[in-house]
Amino acid sequence: MIGARIPRNEDPRLLRGLGCFVDDVNPAGVLHAVCYRSPHAHARLRGIDVSRARAVPGVHLVVTAAELGELNQPGPLLIPHPALTQPRTQRPLAVDEVRYVGETVAFVVADDRYVAEDAAGLIVADYEPLPVVIDAERALATGAPLVHGDVPSNRAARFSQRVGNPDQAFQQAAHVLRERLVIERSCGSPIEGRGVVAEYDPRSGVLRVWTSTQAPLPIKNGLARMFGLPEFQVEVIAPDVGGGFGTKIMLFYPEEVLVPWAAMRLGRPVKWTEDRREHLTAANQERGQIHDVELAVDGDGRILALRDHFIHDGGAYTPYGMVVPIITACQLPGPYRLRNYAVEFEVSYTNKVAVSPYRGAGRPHGAFVMERMIGLVAHTLGLEPAEVRRRNFIQVDEFPWDVGLTFQDGGPTRYDSGNYPAGLEMALERAGFATFRARQAEARHQGRCLGIGIGCYVEGTGIGPYEGAHVRVEPSGRVLVATGLTTQGQGHYTTFAQIVAEALGCDASEVTVITGDTRRFNWGAGTYASRALVTSGNAVHIAAQEVRTKALRIAARLLEASPADLELADGRVRVKGVPGRDLTLGALATVADPIRYAYSKEAADAALRLVKPRSGAVLADGEAPGLEAFGYYAPPQATFASGCHVAIVEVDPGTGEVTLLRYVVQHDCGTIVNPTIVEGQILGGVAQGIGGALYEKIVYDEAGQPLTTTYMDFLMPTAMEIPEIEIVHLETPSPLNPLGIKGVGEAGAIPGPAVLAEAIEDALRPLGVSIREMPLSPNRIRELIERAERSTT
Amino acid sequence: MSVTPPLTTVRLRVNGREYAQEVPPRLLLSDFLRYRLGLTGTHVGCEHGVCGACTVQLDGEPIRSCLMLAIQADGADVTTVEGLAPGLDRLHPVQEAFRLEHALQCGFCTPGFLMTVTAFLREHPNASDEEIRRELAGHLCRCTGYQNIVRAVRRASLMLTGDSARATPGAAGDAPSAP
Amino acid sequence: MKPPAFEYVAVASTEEAVAQLAAHGDDARLLAGGQSLMPILNMRLATPGRLVDLNRVRTLSYIVERAGGVAIGAMTRQRTVERSEFVAAAVPLLAEALPWVGHTAIRNRGTIGGSLAHADPAAELPAVAVCLDARLTLRGPAGERTLAAREFFRGYLTTALAPTELLAEVWFPSALPGTGAAWIEFARRYGDYALVGVAAVVTLEGSTVRRASLAVTGVDGVPVRAVDAERLLIGAPLSAESMAAAAESVRRTLEPQDDIHATAAYRRHLAGILTVRALTRAGDRARLA
Repeated sequence: MIGARIPRNEDPRLLRGLGCFVDDVNPAGVLHAVCYRSPHAHARLRGIDVSRARAVPGVHLVVTAAELGELNQPGPLLIPHPALTQPRTQRPLAVDEVRYVGETVAFVVADDRYVAEDAAGLIVADYEPLPVVIDAERALATGAPLVHGDVPSNRAARFSQRVGNPDQAFQQAAHVLRERLVIERSCGSPIEGRGVVAEYDPRSGVLRVWTSTQAPLPIKNGLARMFGLPEFQVEVIAPDVGGGFGTKIMLFYPEEVLVPWAAMRLGRPVKWTEDRREHLTAANQERGQIHDVELAVDGDGRILALRDHFIHDGGAYTPYGMVVPIITACQLPGPYRLRNYAVEFEVSYTNKVAVSPYRGAGRPHGAFVMERMIGLVAHTLGLEPAEVRRRNFIQVDEFPWDVGLTFQDGGPTRYDSGNYPAGLEMALERAGFATFRARQAEARHQGRCLGIGIGCYVEGTGIGPYEGAHVRVEPSGRVLVATGLTTQGQGHYTTFAQIVAEALGCDASEVTVITGDTRRFNWGAGTYASRALVTSGNAVHIAAQEVRTKALRIAARLLEASPADLELADGRVRVKGVPGRDLTLGALATVADPIRYAYSKEAADAALRLVKPRSGAVLADGEAPGLEAFGYYAPPQATFASGCHVAIVEVDPGTGEVTLLRYVVQHDCGTIVNPTIVEGQILGGVAQGIGGALYEKIVYDEAGQPLTTTYMDFLMPTAMEIPEIEIVHLETPSPLNPLGIKGVGEAGAIPGPAVLAEAIEDALRPLGVSIREMPLSPNRIRELIERAERSTT
Repeated sequence: MSVTPPLTTVRLRVNGREYAQEVPPRLLLSDFLRYRLGLTGTHVGCEHGVCGACTVQLDGEPIRSCLMLAIQADGADVTTVEGLAPGLDRLHPVQEAFRLEHALQCGFCTPGFLMTVTAFLREHPNASDEEIRRELAGHLCRCTGYQNIVRAVRRASLMLTGDSARATPGAAGDAPSAP
Repeated sequence: MKPPAFEYVAVASTEEAVAQLAAHGDDARLLAGGQSLMPILNMRLATPGRLVDLNRVRTLSYIVERAGGVAIGAMTRQRTVERSEFVAAAVPLLAEALPWVGHTAIRNRGTIGGSLAHADPAAELPAVAVCLDARLTLRGPAGERTLAAREFFRGYLTTALAPTELLAEVWFPSALPGTGAAWIEFARRYGDYALVGVAAVVTLEGSTVRRASLAVTGVDGVPVRAVDAERLLIGAPLSAESMAAAAESVRRTLEPQDDIHATAAYRRHLAGILTVRALTRAGDRARLA
């Protein structure tokens, strides 16, 4: 079962349109909400008049900060850090100042969304515009407008880390290379936006919330706290989620607080579904960083040291702490031997929506910086970029390799296993590198610009704190699995089933997996940072192994054999080599639950045993009824996946258009549970990597007005822009967890900008173009060509 | 101040079943299907016609239900994703092809794709990969990178034209012909 | 993003439509295919008091041969025109440009007249109309009038239509012998509005260019007819030099704007490149015609 390419358990339901996404949840009498949002990037809110909105027929509630009372506290600082000295979080409704276009100012609940929007359109607020700062670097400069009046220089954090002795290494270097590298803001943009439905039942005192989230358990616990309810009276469900990509790992978006509050206030269920314009203005974004990096190398292109200072655009608030830049800092070294490394970053506030992780979560930036510098070394020394990489890779016998930094989970950035040199060779071979330079030269003769790029990365995955799982076999033989984290399309309903099926010898289609429902499992963090399969997968495995052990023990007793003589297959436990001597898992589950009442034939056999004379309790000391177990897995540290992408492009020097001729992915995520699902994750990630390199950019004008607020302006690639992608697998199992797996969720998206930057630069090498920024449009490529032309004339 | 215009009765057939309801003029067809008829398989992703998630068939032709008023569907024959499978135990060949080729992950964009693809294959039973990709470009997917969707459409076309011998699975990673 | 409230009437004839417009003037909007108007309404960028739905007016949907050309009723679906073999033969430029208009689902509802009346500066059909000197028939309370395409498009999203008029029909001339046409478009993604699009029609007599039409979209509030470039081409063979000169003339004529998708300089530059590509292809086709 593990390693099998089986189709997914969840697909028939989804294909029939029987998915249940948040907007499909309609408790009886549900009302619909709309947020009234700030039209200004920065303004004092002097007053607000909602009287006309309240008067609209069909409107049940219009609330501003004044009516929200005690609940209107700044949201929790989800991931604090000592270096985050000036954290700021957002209140559900703005009180007297708004700091980005889209910030929530009022909340309207009405019979339907149409009426709610009518009412919101009648709200009149008195704003006094304040100076706006949009550029993260200018925000730190003296005299810049302050996003928060009490945060000097808009600096939320400054954090330095150092390994070895970079300064000394720089002094001794044969070459010192410097670059300024810029990545622009982007966003996750799942096709399903955010959404929240809440209902409160005063008879049971239960607050039930459906939210399109990647982490229902922390939301449950947080809402319980906020509303003064016991945790067991709050239920949070992430139903089917139409893509998360990190955008939905942000917790306590204002709407996640406002909707439950309104439901409790009105005594009616309330629903808020985000529309696309809201998503592109008010859902968290990511990717904006400016790096000033220096690299010291010896005469052979071996890296001696690296110094990097970067500015991270934090947006107007920092609810998610500084996780993204920490990841950038820790993952920048990539697969290379970097013994002397100094990295400092500053997080600046800007009048834009807040930043929290988006697939890659800082790794794409790190990979872009390191890979660009590798390319610069190659160009400076006249070496093939692949050769520079070879000379700098951490070798197979050098694991575990400690980068020397503290990773986002507080653990070491210590690579456990990998084979970077083999990965590069696999990717190059598959891409046809051996003949490429000749083809490139010939194409140049014809006036065509072909280029090849390489992007290598290492990805810390599977971080803690922990996840848990519950496995239970039912008398029918069906197996129930529940875990606390969620699913947004990664196939957990299938891969977790495969892990259980492997342990119990049954078919994966017999296993029902429930994720993201706090009623079914109470412990865990969430789905983020490429951790789900590693953490929940291993927890599922541990619980399933325990169930397996108990099944064998019960079967051994009933079949009068020793557990060593038994095997599990086809949903049964049987005596090896003795056909007919077996028991189904369902029968074992029935026997294991001595409840006296014979509701079925199997139960009758068990019940009969209860009425015969016996002595002692039916459950031994410490024994639980049923075939059930709970398992938890807390990883000791991250487990490090890796990969190498190779892309061949053609650039039209006239139009600047980039055509992707070939895209090869070599990746290593350790043991693979379902290759089809792993490949699916990579394919989707690569599409976002390509999107992030060539199409997607969030743009604000100088007044802080977002200009990419529809799908006509925020350009996500279609099937015509994403080419066929080829994948080659390498498996270096993780020595850190029982299943040997590493995460893969973000992998595809990490090196996209890096590999395409190198490929485009390689294609335009004769024109003298250097690529130092991402994303690139044909327009921008054309500008770079013209600039290079001017500088040579 | 907004106008409150009178309700009008819209009569239409959806997935072969007759419906008649009173609707305000501005009610979108997407919301009508989802909220009035409880057919939540049609999803809403952008409400400006770009993402394609809301695509249904109107008299057999794929259209964006977010760009149509329910009232405009009076007298029409609408097919949604719920109307594709021939029964509870069987999927439409296009659905089956999507399942076999892992052409969906979160499933949110999928119904829209299915409604375009089933109509497309009716008109173009032997489409090339290029033609398939052109048609698929009218739908945004954030999860799959499209590759397996293309394979699924290819496979479905073989299944529909009865060429089952060639409708065999292939893993991602098969080399395309060199560019 | 839900539309604001409006009154709604589905008219059954153009007379009824005109009567509605006469009665409600500026406060009424015509609803054709809805592929441009509905996003505007969903985003509440417009709040008409009344929508006049033309989709029941059967008499506005037709494709007929007339007076050496093809007359197309304004409510004819783009997809219907796209599938018409008659149009493909008679007005190949139109047939070539249509698949570039959005995607299938958009063209299943979108109408020829709707696209022209909406007059998006980056749309394909207005440029085709201007290139071919199409004639557009407007109908209002005072009766009918016909305008040349170049007179119809006035500015950004603005046409010659009075608030009480509707576009009833567009007539395209049929291609003459020895004529080749080409539509070349550069967009960020397949199906998007063009960053720049060029429509070129060339009629050759022997190797000499007898007629040339060049229209560019995406570079101004209205499609630009590059008459100076056309003059450079007429009366001479179509060569790399003449096409380059035409391209240079096109670049000099244009005054595009910067926006988030492209700078003015880039659009101008692209227009030159696409002019050469369009003329090349049109010329190749003219030689075969």
